[in-house]
Amino acid sequence: MKVNYNRCLHCGGCVGSCPQNAIYLNDYILEFDNDLCNGCGRCIKLCPVAALSKEA
Amino acid sequence: MVTRYDCDVVVVGAGPGGSMAARYAAEGGMKVILLEKKAEIGAPLRCAEGVAKKWLAEVGITPDPKWIRADMKGAIIRSPSGYTFQLDESKAGSEVGYVLERHLFDKHLAELAAKAGAKIMMRVGVYGVIRENGKLVGVKAHTMDGDIEVYAKCVVAADGYESQVGRWAGMDTNVKMSDICSCIQYRMVNLDIANDYCEFIIGGDAPGGYIWVFPKGDGIANVGIGVMGTKCKHGADAKYYLDKYIAKTPGLAKGEIVEVVGGFVSTCPGLDETVDDNIILVGDAARVIDPITGGGICHACRTGMYAGKVLADCFKTGDFSKKALKPYDKMWRDRMEDKLYRNFMAKEKLATLDDETIDELIKLIMDSDIKEVNVYNLLKVIKEKFPKVVEGFEELI
Repeated sequence: MKVNYNRCLHCGGCVGSCPQNAIYLNDYILEFDNDLCNGCGRCIKLCPVAALSKEA
Repeated sequence: MVTRYDCDVVVVGAGPGGSMAARYAAEGGMKVILLEKKAEIGAPLRCAEGVAKKWLAEVGITPDPKWIRADMKGAIIRSPSGYTFQLDESKAGSEVGYVLERHLFDKHLAELAAKAGAKIMMRVGVYGVIRENGKLVGVKAHTMDGDIEVYAKCVVAADGYESQVGRWAGMDTNVKMSDICSCIQYRMVNLDIANDYCEFIIGGDAPGGYIWVFPKGDGIANVGIGVMGTKCKHGADAKYYLDKYIAKTPGLAKGEIVEVVGGFVSTCPGLDETVDDNIILVGDAARVIDPITGGGICHACRTGMYAGKVLADCFKTGDFSKKALKPYDKMWRDRMEDKLYRNFMAKEKLATLDDETIDELIKLIMDSDIKEVNVYNLLKVIKEKFPKVVEGFEELI
């Protein structure tokens, strides 16, 4: 997962929305557990500032 | 080196729900430790700061001008075509009341917890739970002075929307995609707005949600939006919709933004399970939020208070099993579940209406003689003229 930190507001919304519990917010850095992530894309769709995208 | 702490209750999160739980458990004679991840209680803001007035007394909070920024005279609901329904103080009912300073309000509630005897630890990031022989016995956390383990007879998960503590403890805190609202809010200054009225803008400008303008006096306001990801065309880019609305709205367009906050709101009527052996979920972590307004402060305070009281009862017997904690679940459901479910159903229906129908609804309400305006009374009027809108939950109105 790619995070655009120019847009991210560190609100933690993606953390609470992830059905796999694969996202952690460590202070101002988002960490994704690639073993748990199943690529559902919910975090991308829900981010209020469109800061997330799939890794190119 | 891991430092060990022992207590009766460890509360994770010093928002309103956590502080209330800590306060009432401590008042019940328990040794309470309240953990806060952030460097400041009540900040950064993740809230529109509007609350009703009535419930404060119910949970033992005395209104104080120190944390009340503005006293509302009423509310304005604006439809997509600009029909407005204005409610004045005598009619404003219970949905709108004060606009708070959350960074002061939250600290006040933490202070009440501290006065009751709770120990507060700041900048403590909980990252997991501790189990011994399968039994939940505490939480693990990073602090400024190294890692700690806090052992307790019961854990209160008050970690807000993220609701991770419950998940680590094996509970299902998941929310359906359609029950999540993505929000962004600006603190704006130099606005030309009604300083005594909270404004709500519904319809296509905020797909599946609404835009709010909550004034804080002197042309300052929280201007925010919540949208349903499933209703937005290109994902829930709430910022896109909010910027668009501000640009086309004369009283807002010339304002300047001095703060930007993001946040999520769950819009389901609460989790099916809010207790398990040695753990209680409160507030946003339990998904107890008004599904239609997205208001959660009063729900967090109520659930927090109930949790603290039930914990104090369990303290007498030493039994913190799921069964022993169940009265907490019953208390909040008896007090709020019908209303949460009704508003959840209303939200589901309203989200399906097109702008023309919403215009019609606002016109209908404008012409009605509602004495006290709240979601219940609005739905009653809608039920008479648009029975289809309330199909499936008529019996709750």
